[in-house]
Amino acid sequence: MARIIVVTSGKGGVGKTTTSAAISMGLALKGHRTAVIDFDVGLRNLDLIMGCERRVVYDFVNVINGEATLNQALIKDKRCEKLFILPASQTRDKDSLTVEGVGKVLKDLAKDFDYIVCDSPAGIERGATLAMYYADDAIVVTNPEVSSVRDSDRMLGILASKSRRAEQGEEPIKEYLLLTRYSPVRVRLGEMLSVEDVQEILSLHLLGVIPESKAVLNASNSGAPVILDEKSDAGQAYADVVRRYLGEDVTHRFIDEEKKSLLGRLFGG
Amino acid sequence: MHSESAPPHAFEIKSGSVHLPILKLLSHDAGWIAAQLKDKVRQAPDFFRQAPMAVDLHDLAQSDADVDFRALVQAMRGCGLVPVGVCGGTERQLQAAREVGLSLLSLARHEVAAPPVAKPAEVKPEGAGSKLIDQPIRSGQRIYASAGDLVVLAPVSAGAEIMADGNIHVYGVLRGRALAGVQGNLSCRIFCHDLQAELVAIGGHYKVSENIDDSVRGKPVQIYLKDNALIIEKI
Repeated sequence: MARIIVVTSGKGGVGKTTTSAAISMGLALKGHRTAVIDFDVGLRNLDLIMGCERRVVYDFVNVINGEATLNQALIKDKRCEKLFILPASQTRDKDSLTVEGVGKVLKDLAKDFDYIVCDSPAGIERGATLAMYYADDAIVVTNPEVSSVRDSDRMLGILASKSRRAEQGEEPIKEYLLLTRYSPVRVRLGEMLSVEDVQEILSLHLLGVIPESKAVLNASNSGAPVILDEKSDAGQAYADVVRRYLGEDVTHRFIDEEKKSLLGRLFGG
Repeated sequence: MHSESAPPHAFEIKSGSVHLPILKLLSHDAGWIAAQLKDKVRQAPDFFRQAPMAVDLHDLAQSDADVDFRALVQAMRGCGLVPVGVCGGTERQLQAAREVGLSLLSLARHEVAAPPVAKPAEVKPEGAGSKLIDQPIRSGQRIYASAGDLVVLAPVSAGAEIMADGNIHVYGVLRGRALAGVQGNLSCRIFCHDLQAELVAIGGHYKVSENIDDSVRGKPVQIYLKDNALIIEKI
């Protein structure tokens, strides 16, 4: 039985797709069969971030409508054979997604996969609510910034009340906080909310902190999930996140300012 | 301004319904009624100024007691009230009411909890409808404890709304909106460990965050109404 993870936030542009790509690649590299699904119908970008945009034939909506099978639509990643991508439709709109349709696709995927990562669109409308409806775990991606925190809080309320688990009185979705675009320097200067500030407002288990990093833009430009950039801070932070999600006790890095050596300060960024 | 096609009638008689506060008499002693009325009006003068009021005699119908309607009307007018009519009495009582100029009304339905006229406001602790919440109340969520108190053992996020017919107790930080005594119970209170609310209200009287004094922000407080003003007091 697959574990269904939704990567959601409420606020747009905080790093959901970057996170979905990185985490699904991380899980697959650890040997787990993983599928990552783009729920942003009409504004798809998971395929770009994963670097498979030139191989898209069929998409999520085609499968729901029975126009294609899962096997025809799923795209195998060229770098890791355990990772598969189900892209969203670009030409349709989110009304093509139905609760039953999504449920059936997830049930079929669950037969062959260990993890199914659902990349949610921004907002709290249909695409977002369907992405989280069947979830077992939710990674709530938040920027350390007031409007992102407020929107994440709203999303947590929706996760607690509008998911299938909530409606059927089952054990609630396990919620994780992922703080992205974190800058310890700006936190010290008092310009940015700290990890403690965000946790105080959201009262959530911290899965990880991803530092603000140039590597993220480079990664999306090259169509490779940032976790593959092992030298970068963001890549390493995501690797820590995957280990933590799988149960390992990993100390949080990238929360404090790095003490740069003299050479580092002369040549570093 | 009259047009070519002005209607031939000066008025129309229609059927309609209006909402009136009701003075439900529990005693026929006009003097005692007058004294207590004066007291009540002092508590909420704006509510009673020029207020039309119906007099409900249901409770006195059993005994068919003699009500001095002339004294009653005088007492009511003296408080600024406008007695409109009576309902629910015996034939004899209704006839007496008619003689002082009160009209006969028929009560559409009995309102039990009317603000502040019929019953004295009471604080209802842990009543049948009380709610206890021990999970954080997230932005956008609304919790309503009807006919009781609301007790929250977790933080209340900004953008959340908590309401109760009774009191509200937040054993945590209150960041959202808290409305106590929403059915009109003015003696309800709000208690919280850390006041950072966007808005607090008791029985309709509210205060927004901007008007909350800095000295009580972030502190454990109780909030109550005194002379129609919201008092925020550190605990």
